[in-house]
Amino acid sequence: MTERAFDDSMTRSFVDGVARRVGLGARFCGLFGSACEGGVRLTAVMADKEKLTTQRVLLPAGTHEFPSLARRIPSASWYERELRDLFGLEPVDHPRPDPLVFPFSDDAERPRPGTGHVRAPVEPDHTPLDIHLRGEGVFTIPYGPVRSGVFESVEYLVETPGEDIPHLRTRIFYKHRGVEARFEGMTVDDGVLLAERCEGVASVAHAIAYCGAIERMAGTEVPLRAGLLRVLHAELERVANHLDSTIRHTEGAGQAVAFARLTLHKERVQRLRAQLCGSRFGRGVVIPGGASGPPRLGSSALLDVLGSLESDLRSDMRLLLATPSFVDRLRGTGVVPADIASRYGSLGPVGRGSGQTNDVRVARPYDGYRRLGHQIFEERDAGDALARQRVRVDEIWSSFHLIRQCVDGLEELSEPERAMWSTPVEPISGEELGWSEAPQGEVLYLVELSEGRLVRVKPRSASFHNLALFPLAFPKDVLTDVAFIEASFGLSIAGVAG
Amino acid sequence: MPWIPRGMRNGIVTTRYPRHPDGYGPGFRGSVAVARDVADDVNLEPATQACPTGAIKVLEGRPDLDRGRCILCGRCTELYPQVFRFQSDFETSVIARRALVVPPDNEDRESLERARQELGGRVKSLRRSVHIRHVDAGSDGSEEWEIAALLSPVYDVQRLGVFFTASPKHADLLLVTGAGSAGMLGPLRETYDVMPVPKVVIAVGADAISGGLIGEGYATRGGIGRTLPVDVHVPGSPPSPFGILHGILVAVGLLPPADGGRSGRDAPDAGRTGNGPVIPNVRHHEAAP
Repeated sequence: MTERAFDDSMTRSFVDGVARRVGLGARFCGLFGSACEGGVRLTAVMADKEKLTTQRVLLPAGTHEFPSLARRIPSASWYERELRDLFGLEPVDHPRPDPLVFPFSDDAERPRPGTGHVRAPVEPDHTPLDIHLRGEGVFTIPYGPVRSGVFESVEYLVETPGEDIPHLRTRIFYKHRGVEARFEGMTVDDGVLLAERCEGVASVAHAIAYCGAIERMAGTEVPLRAGLLRVLHAELERVANHLDSTIRHTEGAGQAVAFARLTLHKERVQRLRAQLCGSRFGRGVVIPGGASGPPRLGSSALLDVLGSLESDLRSDMRLLLATPSFVDRLRGTGVVPADIASRYGSLGPVGRGSGQTNDVRVARPYDGYRRLGHQIFEERDAGDALARQRVRVDEIWSSFHLIRQCVDGLEELSEPERAMWSTPVEPISGEELGWSEAPQGEVLYLVELSEGRLVRVKPRSASFHNLALFPLAFPKDVLTDVAFIEASFGLSIAGVAG
Repeated sequence: MPWIPRGMRNGIVTTRYPRHPDGYGPGFRGSVAVARDVADDVNLEPATQACPTGAIKVLEGRPDLDRGRCILCGRCTELYPQVFRFQSDFETSVIARRALVVPPDNEDRESLERARQELGGRVKSLRRSVHIRHVDAGSDGSEEWEIAALLSPVYDVQRLGVFFTASPKHADLLLVTGAGSAGMLGPLRETYDVMPVPKVVIAVGADAISGGLIGEGYATRGGIGRTLPVDVHVPGSPPSPFGILHGILVAVGLLPPADGGRSGRDAPDAGRTGNGPVIPNVRHHEAAP
């Protein structure tokens, strides 16, 4: 046996420190690695009420193990499996240390993001993956990675005795693109283009979180009008995503007219976004230091489109949530009990449907959110697909409310405030965290810069954090519920697989 | 019951494209056009430097731009508005990969025509009804939204005899998105192999064509061109639903590709029988300014 890393008292006290703080009520947000000259630096991020706190430790070169937190903090499980895949660090005493983001066949292949070295192309090694459930009358049904319909590639292994789903496993590596390695060496300006493509359906939220880290590092203040424009685009993105999730519910429930209506409305949202900035996904709006320029649509035209869209949506949503054949399909499906949601620190609508209240826009307001009023929602804690659907509908109305405030705010700005769209960001060095509330939940970016070049960027999507919780939503459900539960989580696999 | 009248509330929202041009999206970033003539004293080097995907090359003072790499970020259009210009045109799909490089090389006409005729001959039987299978080979997720939008009443592709199918064994046409992630290459190849002939592959988006901004890394292969024979290329990051629809109609020979010339339908060896949908040969219309 080689020297065991966790004999190192530093690593042990790091892990115990994280566990202690989470035990005292902090929310575990993630555990990230950065390869550097001395070894691998681990950064644990926790949220304590409104503040993000970090705890760091350096695992010296030659370390191959660290003590797993996953038994004490269940949501650390996926982060540790990711550390194992990317850096070759074995989480000792991890309950299920299967490959997650990519099954590398040997240590030399591991990308170790942060080092910036040239990496040879790899092939997935399927040998460590073939662990199927065994037993009399029990079998494993693989769904995917090529799905039935227009979906992102992912594989769900449903382990079942026939109809119930005692266990479900998720394989995300099919889509692993090596995004973190791609960031290395990029300029700050190129980095935002890549951030937009980490999780394409949440481009604006990712760009905001990435730029937030850069701006915090540089001490740059985003001009108010740019902050409001960012919020405007982020909220349109939220409406589009929440509609997408609802559309998938209506499709599954066979609600043909509702499906047609909502796909029409979603297309109207996408076109409005294109009219405002040229891109149907709001790409190119958020740049380090501010926004790229004024909206191309006048505020009265924008308010007209919003008004007719909202009135159509209100009427259709009211009918949809009063349609028994739709509501009955969601009620009691995919229940995530509040205590599990709390233990996993689940994010976004998934958390908010199970009584969790974390919303970055309120807890750590950024950009225009600092100036805008928020609506308080009715608390939802049923934890089922219906609760998540109701949360999304509430959020759509609050998005419209926020967008109108942005439009008014942009109109009211005094002349000097109107002149600026961005503040220059000087080439800088350092490490910072950035965040935003994507439609899926909290997005975190850990960004390390050296003289204006990106050394290490770690995007953490809400989809990654929430997908780990996905299997826990199944115990009471049957095979035909899978599609609803997946849609009600509303996640993007691109943001999970990296 | 209340849903039935609801379905009629907004009247007919379906586009009349391709029978009639659709005036979609003034200001929408459809593609970048490149001026053919550039003054001798203009140094375009900064544009090649600024392009994040290396899509711009300058040879002897004359620029060309590879739409297969372009992610429509607009840096070149800001630096040299007289040379690079956004247009709302979404009919940007081409058959040959090299036809994505603009401005087009006129000397290449003959070989592009041959490629078109070959595809036109192959897809003869697919014109009246075509079944599509989509496979994500490492996309960022946005392309899936744009493909799924084709099923909304706004595009309503079923009216054109275009259907999505769950089984690759029913599929004639394979829509592939994503930069070619290592994990998906096997499943992608298997999907292609079980499709019946004739089969057509469409690479949807800059990622699928060239890797886009993701490019070629340890886990991506710079697009899907080395895994499958691509018949039609749809540029964009992501392409719009109209762009994807144009690509589908180019693939089955109902519309001409963006490099001009005739659609596969008019190719001499692609004789046409029966009473399939009669779609006039839509020429490039200038998008609204």
